[in-house]
Amino acid sequence: MKIIVLLKRVPDTEAKILINSEGSGINKEGVKFIINTYDEYAIEEGLQLKEKTGGESTVTVVCMGPEESTEIIRTALAMGADSAVHICDPALEKPTPDMTASVLAAAIKENGFDIIFCGKQGIDYDMAQTQAFLAEKLDIPQVNVISEFEISEDNKKAFLKRSIEGADEKVETSLPAVISCAKGLNEPRYASLPGIMKAKKKEIRKVTLADLDLSDISLENKSTIVKWLSQPKSGECKMIEGEEAAEKAAELARVLREEAKVL
Amino acid sequence: MNYQLSEEEKMLQKTAADFANKTLAAVAVESNENGEFQDDIYKKLGELGFLGMTVPEKYGGVDFGNFSLTLSIEQISRVCASTAVAMSVHNSLTNWVILKYGSDENREKYLPRLASGEILGAYALTEPSAGSDIGAINTSAVRKDDNYILNGSKLFVSTGDKAGAIIVFARTDPDDRNRGLSAFIVEPGFPGFSIGKVEKKMGLKASSTVELVFEDCVVPASNLLSEEGRGMGIALSALDGGRIGIASQALGIGQAAFEEAIKFAGARKQFGKRIIDLQPTKWKLAEIATKLEAARLLVYSAARRRDMGDTSTKQISMAKLFATRAANEIVYDSLQIHGGVGYTSEFLIERLYRDARALEIYEGTSEIQKLVISREILKEYSHLLS
Amino acid sequence: MNDVLIFGEIRDGNLKKVIKELITAGRIVTEGTGGAIDAVLIGKGASELSKNISGFGIRKAVCVDDDQVEKYSTEGYAKVVSDMINENGYGYIISAATAMGRDLSPRVAARVNGVMFSDCVDLRFEDGRCVAKRPVYSGKLFVEIAPVGEVPVFITIRPNNLTPAETDGGETEIVTRPSGVTQDMIRALATEIIPMAGGRPDITEAEVIISGGRAMKEESNFEILGELADLLGGAVGASRAAVDAGYVPQPLQVGQTGKIVNPKLYIACGISGAIQHLAGMRTSKVIVAINKDPNAPIFEKAHYGIVGDLFEVVPVLTQEIKKLM
Repeated sequence: MKIIVLLKRVPDTEAKILINSEGSGINKEGVKFIINTYDEYAIEEGLQLKEKTGGESTVTVVCMGPEESTEIIRTALAMGADSAVHICDPALEKPTPDMTASVLAAAIKENGFDIIFCGKQGIDYDMAQTQAFLAEKLDIPQVNVISEFEISEDNKKAFLKRSIEGADEKVETSLPAVISCAKGLNEPRYASLPGIMKAKKKEIRKVTLADLDLSDISLENKSTIVKWLSQPKSGECKMIEGEEAAEKAAELARVLREEAKVL
Repeated sequence: MNYQLSEEEKMLQKTAADFANKTLAAVAVESNENGEFQDDIYKKLGELGFLGMTVPEKYGGVDFGNFSLTLSIEQISRVCASTAVAMSVHNSLTNWVILKYGSDENREKYLPRLASGEILGAYALTEPSAGSDIGAINTSAVRKDDNYILNGSKLFVSTGDKAGAIIVFARTDPDDRNRGLSAFIVEPGFPGFSIGKVEKKMGLKASSTVELVFEDCVVPASNLLSEEGRGMGIALSALDGGRIGIASQALGIGQAAFEEAIKFAGARKQFGKRIIDLQPTKWKLAEIATKLEAARLLVYSAARRRDMGDTSTKQISMAKLFATRAANEIVYDSLQIHGGVGYTSEFLIERLYRDARALEIYEGTSEIQKLVISREILKEYSHLLS
Repeated sequence: MNDVLIFGEIRDGNLKKVIKELITAGRIVTEGTGGAIDAVLIGKGASELSKNISGFGIRKAVCVDDDQVEKYSTEGYAKVVSDMINENGYGYIISAATAMGRDLSPRVAARVNGVMFSDCVDLRFEDGRCVAKRPVYSGKLFVEIAPVGEVPVFITIRPNNLTPAETDGGETEIVTRPSGVTQDMIRALATEIIPMAGGRPDITEAEVIISGGRAMKEESNFEILGELADLLGGAVGASRAAVDAGYVPQPLQVGQTGKIVNPKLYIACGISGAIQHLAGMRTSKVIVAINKDPNAPIFEKAHYGIVGDLFEVVPVLTQEIKKLM
């Protein structure tokens, strides 16, 4: 099977994220960049599928991003992916989901694909759109936010579970398809030391828009960011006093009813 | 701070850090509280390749070298110093020794199993009357046909009761104090081998520290490392790697203590302010950060030089001396910043403080390091002496 | 391009009540464009359920109820909605940011070359187009984003953020429409829904959440929180530490790598308040923190706090609230 895994290089949102002085984006100073958290589950699922289907199965990671993306691509290779395609072009500095999907579709079609795993959303813009745009452009089905994955005996169908409100939804899909992964799907493996050694010799194919015959892709942006805002400041916390826990609890109940009016 | 890590070194450091923060952190508190040896952790470290870092690929290792080992031990130590000690002993004092001084037969027999973590390594040098004074070792090894018969005991052997291959130093020549020692690979299954006392320590509680007892212990002659009489040399060259390991451990403990201090000082309010906003705290943190940085540069440099083939011991001893002392000062200051709660087991600093104390003692006390350094500098600057 | 289409989600034979918040959003847009609001309801019982939204001034409620759309499928539902957009030229297509909305909306947007603003928490109409406010960087920052040019705009709205619309007496025409979906169009199909045990609301939709952290110490202790949740018709949530320790399953995790919630009342028990957790619940209307540690960061973000042992406080709180009800 030709297993594709999509990777995105994103800022580590566990760190401090602040708006830059021009108010046009985030301040990138001192910010660490990492593999999009949800993409790690995609890599692991791809690797597990490769191990399960054995034989000729390969995992190819596809990453659209700046030069520095090679770091995360190398990590995916160290985890066990076989090869990589790195789409790097200055024109793609601020891609829209539509542009990203077009570019990825071209690269993926060129490589050949039987299934595409990706993270459920990028932790930078949290849009969760690219996978749908990609599926539409490749004219294949999509299944989002999966918590379980199983492939059919003949590798032509997949049986999945996805999270919906208050329940799990079982889905059956034909392949190829775009599958977006969520936390809890699996436990991503660490890049082992032998893996890191082997990754040195694995191929990262670097391509530009021209290489994909997309030199005249529309770079028009259908949206504009009017303003960047920080989180609103929080007020003071009102501490409930009392001698004993019981007294405090009683007072809290009263406050919630009479003051906060939430009961 | 840019330490000029290669792409591979960055990935390796990240794997070690992620493993420490997730897998190891999940068991560290409990295993240290209950004095449990983390069998499962060592199995996982083995699978990831961390137990074969000085072993070439042909023996099943990954041979990343000293600097990579330093990076790894530093990350592991931030979360559990006990795990780090076992890892250091295994890589530098067992694997490396067998690789450098073992016969081809011994290498093939032991290294693959050590590199994969199937068995763990240990190093038995210290005896009741021989600590810093290695020459006072008197566990005897007498040649008899195809074996050596060992008699005596070893003290404070890390991982001694969990190891599958132990480097044991014994006296083959009672008349030559310094050149009468030899090194052997001993397996726990050899007749006459037993575990004696299991130590209850102040810290490093998830590390197993035991007495080994040899009563007419039969060790095949083929398990002699190098030649008879080479024991002292083997011990000292092995300790070079071991000392870098301990110095790396000090970096990890120091880094953890430093971060704990910042976290605490940033949350704790007294006199209407966070204590991190008070001058005395800020200055303490500045001193801690500086010491840590200096230690790190010294240790990294020593490790890199060893990888480049530099066999001089001076910088290694300096790194061990400085880093272990810095770590102890840092945990002291960090505990002070924590105040009362730092003295309780609710906070990590309490364990870091106890774990740090061994750093200046084992694998060559700070006093021994000063001995080595003074000897080296007197040689280096002998031209200034009349 | 002045008309709005809102998507009414049918789940378990019910029309999700978040549609009233979508109507509010629709009204904000049409107040600016001067257009009309239509609704589309897809699934079993659509016509009957459309009665729930009569009297809100919706021009037309289009009900699609045939066999092919009885169960949700991305491609089946996308066909219906995209056909309607192509026929009627809707300028704004508003859904809820639920599992279905998040799955369907971008597929339709891709199909009709639209632009999508995901997970919006607020909306206004300004300078001839709408401006939507949405969280980015795991909720650490927000952006106000607007469309450029004439392009269909897809907006998904996070539940519990906008005020549900009130009726205004306006009439709604109810029409049925064949889906136009054929079997071969559906390549991924939901075959079964397995409800989560417990019967409590999903945390992303709950009005009240009682959450526990690592201090809960044991799986069974979460029953203490469950009792209070049940009393208030709410849900039980948890911090990542509690989930990783195995006390509760993953779907209950609130936070950066868990779920984003926005209840009226969030009570955090034994949760220290790591930034990653706060990212998941900081927009809750009233936040209460109960923690032994007076320095716990959660007190910085809470509206009310008790320094105390949750095992002593929570049971009493439950009793006291029972008395008040």
